[in-house]
Amino acid sequence: MPVLQSLEAKSDLLFTGSDWNFETIQRCYDAVEKIALEELKLDVFPNRIELITSEQMLDAVTSFGMPIMYRHWSFGKRFVQQEALYKHGLMGLIYEIVINSNPCISYLQAENSATMQALVIAHAAFGHNHFFKNNRIFQQWAEPAGILDYLEYAQGYINRCEELYGAQAVERILDAAHALRDQGVHRHPPRRPMNMRDEEKRLRERREYEEREYNDLWRTLPAGRTARNDDPSAERRGRLGLPEENLLCFIETFAPKLAPWQREIIRIVRMVAQYFYPQPQVKMMNEGCATWVHQHVMTRLHETGQIDDAAFLETLHTTSNVIMQPGFDEPGGGAHFNPYALGYAMMRDIVRICTEPTEEDRTWFPDFAGNNDPVGTLHYGWSNYRDESFILQYLSPAVMRKFRMFRLLDDTSNQYLLVDAIHDAEGYREIRRTLASSYDPSEMVSNIQVTDVDLEGDRRLMLTHFTRAGRLLSQADAQATLQHVATLWGYDVVLEEVDTFEESRLAVHKAKPA
Amino acid sequence: MHIIDRRPNPRGKSLANRRRLLKRTRAVLTRAAREAIAEGKIGDIGKDETVSIPADTLHEPSFHSVFTAGSRSVVLPGNREFSTGDQLPRPPGGGGAGQGAGAGANAGLGNSEDAFRFVLTRDEFLDLFFEDLELPDLVKRQIVDTETSTPVRSGLSTDGSPPMLDLTRTMRRSMARRIGLQRPKPAAMQTLRDEIVALQASGDEPERLEQLLEDEAAARRRMALIPWIDPIDLRYRRFSLMKKPSARAVMFCLMDVSGSMTESMKDLAKRFFLLLHVFLERRYRQVELVFIRHTDNAEEVEEETFFTDPRTGGTIISSALNEFTRIQRERYPADSWNIYVAQASDGDNYSDDTARVTGILEAEILPLVQYFAYIEVASGMVISGESDIWRNYRAVAQRHPQLVLRRVRERREIFPVFRELFGKRPATA
Repeated sequence: MPVLQSLEAKSDLLFTGSDWNFETIQRCYDAVEKIALEELKLDVFPNRIELITSEQMLDAVTSFGMPIMYRHWSFGKRFVQQEALYKHGLMGLIYEIVINSNPCISYLQAENSATMQALVIAHAAFGHNHFFKNNRIFQQWAEPAGILDYLEYAQGYINRCEELYGAQAVERILDAAHALRDQGVHRHPPRRPMNMRDEEKRLRERREYEEREYNDLWRTLPAGRTARNDDPSAERRGRLGLPEENLLCFIETFAPKLAPWQREIIRIVRMVAQYFYPQPQVKMMNEGCATWVHQHVMTRLHETGQIDDAAFLETLHTTSNVIMQPGFDEPGGGAHFNPYALGYAMMRDIVRICTEPTEEDRTWFPDFAGNNDPVGTLHYGWSNYRDESFILQYLSPAVMRKFRMFRLLDDTSNQYLLVDAIHDAEGYREIRRTLASSYDPSEMVSNIQVTDVDLEGDRRLMLTHFTRAGRLLSQADAQATLQHVATLWGYDVVLEEVDTFEESRLAVHKAKPA
Repeated sequence: MHIIDRRPNPRGKSLANRRRLLKRTRAVLTRAAREAIAEGKIGDIGKDETVSIPADTLHEPSFHSVFTAGSRSVVLPGNREFSTGDQLPRPPGGGGAGQGAGAGANAGLGNSEDAFRFVLTRDEFLDLFFEDLELPDLVKRQIVDTETSTPVRSGLSTDGSPPMLDLTRTMRRSMARRIGLQRPKPAAMQTLRDEIVALQASGDEPERLEQLLEDEAAARRRMALIPWIDPIDLRYRRFSLMKKPSARAVMFCLMDVSGSMTESMKDLAKRFFLLLHVFLERRYRQVELVFIRHTDNAEEVEEETFFTDPRTGGTIISSALNEFTRIQRERYPADSWNIYVAQASDGDNYSDDTARVTGILEAEILPLVQYFAYIEVASGMVISGESDIWRNYRAVAQRHPQLVLRRVRERREIFPVFRELFGKRPATA
């Protein structure tokens, strides 16, 4: 009898040991899907799962996490760096890559154990996938359809350019455009999400239209009298749509000397940057969501006897590795919060507040403490916030205590750093506000705008950096990047750093095209 | 849900990016390779060479701001002992707590990247090395691809090209088949014919003639049916390519280390030794190195001492040749070792020693060695006459092709010596 029982129990298991095959993956997927859709009510894009080797994984990770990418030396540099880290065992294997597209593509690494494959399916194909589909930031910014198609087009286009104009000429443009990636995005949501799939069509149609409409006659018309204006420079700026914060877009449109293929390469870099623009804004939540989902799914699989103890221990081991948060004075620590750690802690805390709230939670979160609907509460949070607002809304004293957060005031006029808030009743709100503001996207990227250029005159491009208090551009980098701007623009470029409030000029950088 | 197996997709997608990276850092890499050659041991050169590249050559700049002055607040994890109001000394070197606040501002002063290190494959390294010596591509390939293989008999096959036909075996099979199938022999046919002709002439025995004619017709039919050589008889010699069994080689480096040899001369010599070593290593599985230095007497030394430790004294080259002969007899018998000698000198020698040198060279050394390279390194200042040694060696070289001499003033002149080597001994040797 006991033998029979154990055999019966075994038949419920999705797999034993670490080996897997395609049926195993299919079984795991079905089991995970059941829990994810029925218990967690996740709403996901259709899934596609692809198996790749660790080398392919490393390759994709080093080219922006994309399986298709044009060629550039900087990806080779990252590959060599990461490879060295691997070889010296300084970095664990990357478990998964997931691409925000429709269908949502998750890459599983073939070298992983069966447990890891199940975990990654839960993490990527359901956790991240749900987040991509439902989070407002992602919905606003990019239509997930067609990113891979677009990258394939980009790869082919740049390849062709290399053949036609030489690798060096292409590299020059790519180097320059890469340096301006952060300044190559529209920060205000487009009227409709951009559609990668139609990019190529758009380009072709525009060219055709221009060729069709070209008529040499227009060139021979006498110049009309230009409308007089009190301030010619203001009118000129208005015509160019200045000020413009998307440097790459401005250069692509107005740079006087660029050839059409150069503009198109800039556009490619810009499009890729724009596609990735939302990700850092929600990284903490996204990882927190995925980690919480995989941990929940794996726990449920274990509870229902679908994975054995060994597999569950492996899960625990992996999860706890991922959510490790070193203290500020420990190796690998510093001022950084591990997005997995903080995200996972907050998700778990929300669940706890929903189901077993303390008195403190009831005062801090009266609207959902004890509502016994953890899944609904999480769904709402995942959909409607980004990292900054999510922390402002949901970071609880319990999590602050868990991470033993404290705040330092760094005043350069002072010899000492002052601890001005710790995780106690007086400090909670202070810490929460400061932590949230560090996730503010405008905190991450310098606000640099094109403010003036006289295309009929000396064509000197004027850029202005509207500084935040006490923060100037890093001198050497600013100069080198400005040189890249000059390369693209083809004429002199001046960058002024001004105090946003007092409008006083703090620093000036200049560059001439080489 | 679809599962797609992408594992069979082409590998090495990142190689194109790596090539671009190497191209970009070519100048730095060449310098690094040069240093590795100058500092490294000859035997170790090219074995997974790690090269450090200063971070700024591969730095990707961007506009990013750094905290310079004023005040800011930072939230940190892991408080163990602080209470509100505590004051902490600033951490050394940093402009603030940790490495800056927030995700985007952690770049310090723009040089926060470490120097970039990576390991070159042997081929990549040699490529740089050859580039430095300005070797033409053809020669590079000869050095690099000297994995020679020779065709070795490996039985017979039923197909092959006509020149490979093994006539004896084919005919043996043909004969066996003809005997087995009782193909009429030409001689038998001839006697039959003769008899018929005789009978027809005489007109006797018409039945027998008829019989014979029938027999002959049957025999002809049989002959036509059973060919002399059938495709199934054909046997061809089969050859398969075998990796050439590589033997052992020993390379003797002889160098004059007297005061007149400057550092740059030694560097030239070292490059020559190195190139020879790379070449030998490609060809032989095992290459041993022996370093003999000499002033007015010779001794065997470690590589490091060889290149770095200067000596003072006169110059007696025969001492080095004697030392070579002694070591060669003791450790490297000529019947089981390929012996290569590379000698570097500035051409100085005691005048009464020179005759002795050529004597030893001709009588004892040259019959044993595969190749004896003499390079005379010279700085531009040396008067451009011929040294005694040079003159004498040249006379010997006319009688012994394995002796090659060259003058080298600059790095790129090292290569012609090698052209000599390849010219005389093509890669099939």
